[in-house]
Amino acid sequence: MIRASAREFADRTLRPHAARLDAEERFPEEALREAAAAGFLGLTVPEAYGGAGLGNLHCAILLEEINAADASVGVTLSVHISLMCSMLAKHGSEEQKRRWLPRLASGELLGAYCLTEPQAGSDAAALRAAAKRVDGGWRLTGTKSWITSATHAGLFVVYALSDAAAKKGYGITTFLVPADAKGLKVGKKEEKMGIRASSTTELILEDVFVPDTDVIGKVNEGFKIALDTLDGGRIGIGSQALGIHRACLDASVKYAKERRQFGKPIGEFQAIAWKLADMATELDAARLLVHRAAWLRDQGLPCTKECSMAKVFSSRACNRAAQEAVQIHGGAGYTKEFAVERHYRDARITEIYEGATDIQRLVISRSLLK
Amino acid sequence: MASTLNGTLASNFDLTEEQAMIREMVRRFSLETLAPAARACDEHHRFNTEAWAQMREMGLPGLPFPEQWGGAGMDSLSYIIAVEEMARVDASTALSYAAHVSLGTWPIYAFGSEALKQRYLPGLVSGEFMGAYGLTEPNAGSDSAGTQTTAVLQGDHYLINGAKCFITNGTYAKSFVITAQCDRAKGAKGITAMVIDRDQPGFQIVPGEEKLGMRGSDWVNLVFQDCKLPKDALLGAEGEGFATFMKTLDGGRISIGALSLGIAQGALDYALKYATERQQFGKPLAGHQAVSFKLADMETETHAARHLVYHAARLKDAGRPFGHEAAIAKYYASEACMRATYEAIQILGGNGFSREYPVERMYRDAKLCTIGEGTSEVQKIIISRDLLRGVQQGS
Repeated sequence: MIRASAREFADRTLRPHAARLDAEERFPEEALREAAAAGFLGLTVPEAYGGAGLGNLHCAILLEEINAADASVGVTLSVHISLMCSMLAKHGSEEQKRRWLPRLASGELLGAYCLTEPQAGSDAAALRAAAKRVDGGWRLTGTKSWITSATHAGLFVVYALSDAAAKKGYGITTFLVPADAKGLKVGKKEEKMGIRASSTTELILEDVFVPDTDVIGKVNEGFKIALDTLDGGRIGIGSQALGIHRACLDASVKYAKERRQFGKPIGEFQAIAWKLADMATELDAARLLVHRAAWLRDQGLPCTKECSMAKVFSSRACNRAAQEAVQIHGGAGYTKEFAVERHYRDARITEIYEGATDIQRLVISRSLLK
Repeated sequence: MASTLNGTLASNFDLTEEQAMIREMVRRFSLETLAPAARACDEHHRFNTEAWAQMREMGLPGLPFPEQWGGAGMDSLSYIIAVEEMARVDASTALSYAAHVSLGTWPIYAFGSEALKQRYLPGLVSGEFMGAYGLTEPNAGSDSAGTQTTAVLQGDHYLINGAKCFITNGTYAKSFVITAQCDRAKGAKGITAMVIDRDQPGFQIVPGEEKLGMRGSDWVNLVFQDCKLPKDALLGAEGEGFATFMKTLDGGRISIGALSLGIAQGALDYALKYATERQQFGKPLAGHQAVSFKLADMETETHAARHLVYHAARLKDAGRPFGHEAAIAKYYASEACMRATYEAIQILGGNGFSREYPVERMYRDAKLCTIGEGTSEVQKIIISRDLLRGVQQGS
């Protein structure tokens, strides 16, 4: 049911505007309002807090459908759902959940997630944003980079170093920071190759006060929350890869049937038909990996390795599909007249954010070798 | 030592003094003039006309043409090296240059009547105006023999009707070498090549669509509506057009191979620099095998591409058959270029996806190389057809 309603929503609300929003680098405010009205923003928020109370598998299906139409909306939703709502529902205190989840679920507040810093990308535990103990709470100072939705978010999850002397990865704390907190500033906007309608900026924290009540989980144990949350985020980005991949396959099949060269549809040439076969096979394999990871996480079973496998495979398959989709469309695919041009640009980020492929391979190989 | 002597192919892999000098000169020009403007030209879909003016002063448009026509009289390999060096930092300008020389100028030089040469070559060779080449049509892409543009002889002139698409340099070109079908019953043997002047009545130049990459290279669509063309505008005889164009594309493919090679080298240059500077996990990225081995693959494939591309150029300079090798070089170099630019983005991580760094542009530019002047699939048709026919090419 979620697939049917999400697909109907994507076809009606997202697909007609995706090319224009991309060209203008315009944040999809209208689409997000409609997504909120459809109840998608609170998909994983428990019903007690105003959400639909669904899990990762439903989220994966929703995100595949959204991303098949518009990957910029897709990443915005993925961050809001996986990194903010699901994280808070799992790790937040009762008071925090009561206070924030209903407003996140209704779409009144959009969530943003701040882990990456200029010098801490793949090496996330090397973050330097400082959390200084003060009376009644903490003061945060630092710069976060590549923050999705910072320009429009109402609530931020921020990771900062609360104990600089601790062993790497052990002195980090997770904070909730509302957008109106004093000292919180949106910095430089990133100009990107793809997902151009999504907002990506720096976030600058200048002596931002956070009361103790807005610390998520235990002090100095934030990196564990980060790693756990990223497992879910990887299912989200894996689902994004599925959506872009499927859009590439659908467009290519359609074009291969319509486009005639040498007196027949190009789909009748093995060179093209075999490409379609590979794209479809890899899409199914990717979807099975993503859905397995989502199912394991929904069962509360260990899934870190499986989330990494799903993300690395689906993102690479998605890029192969995007390259082949442009190739099948030939010169026409190189122009903005066809959506595959946008898919080619959007696909590339899936292998980078939420843990680059190299980090996924690190996670997978470590679990094999330990 | 010259690499070619009267049809023999020297086994010397060193560049001649002249070739080395061209590399040095174009390298400097590219770094000083092309690199700083490349991003803005890409963002604004702007052909770098100031750079073209400098290229004219350097004699680059006429590099591989005889002095008789105002050219520098250098060999193909020198020209190929010029394309490669430009593409290392600015593939769009390199593409426009390659299209001007290989597709816009060369067929007029190779197949044009004395009158056509007198009319167009001095301007093309000096770069006073650019040359364009119109083969592709909305319904004739890889199947270029499926040309639907028609040329009907009416007394002393032809009447041209039809459309061409994705035509590089059209906004700046005076001469357009195009194909049209004179006798549909004859199929490919009815296709005729001709040169149309930009001012010809009935000929309209329409701006091209926005592109994924190569956005600093101009492209247009052409429309012919009862365009009257004098008989002496034919390039070669009626019905020879397809053969003429295939020969032109053989040479053009070496230049797209060089374009691919240059982009791949540029991606490697940038990724290597970044991998030694950027620190993660307490050491430079290049200190991690996952990264250094990527660099090793990029270096290996770039070398292989260079050998294939230069080899095809040396065969051409030696007057030997080179179509088979040009197809191999173009196919391999363009696919290697895709891999190199893709991995360069991966090495830069988030910054690789940012338009503030050049590698995302390189990855968008790279995709043109597997499509333009014969897709990878068309190259494989050529290569396998040669194999199956047992054709011994230059080798």
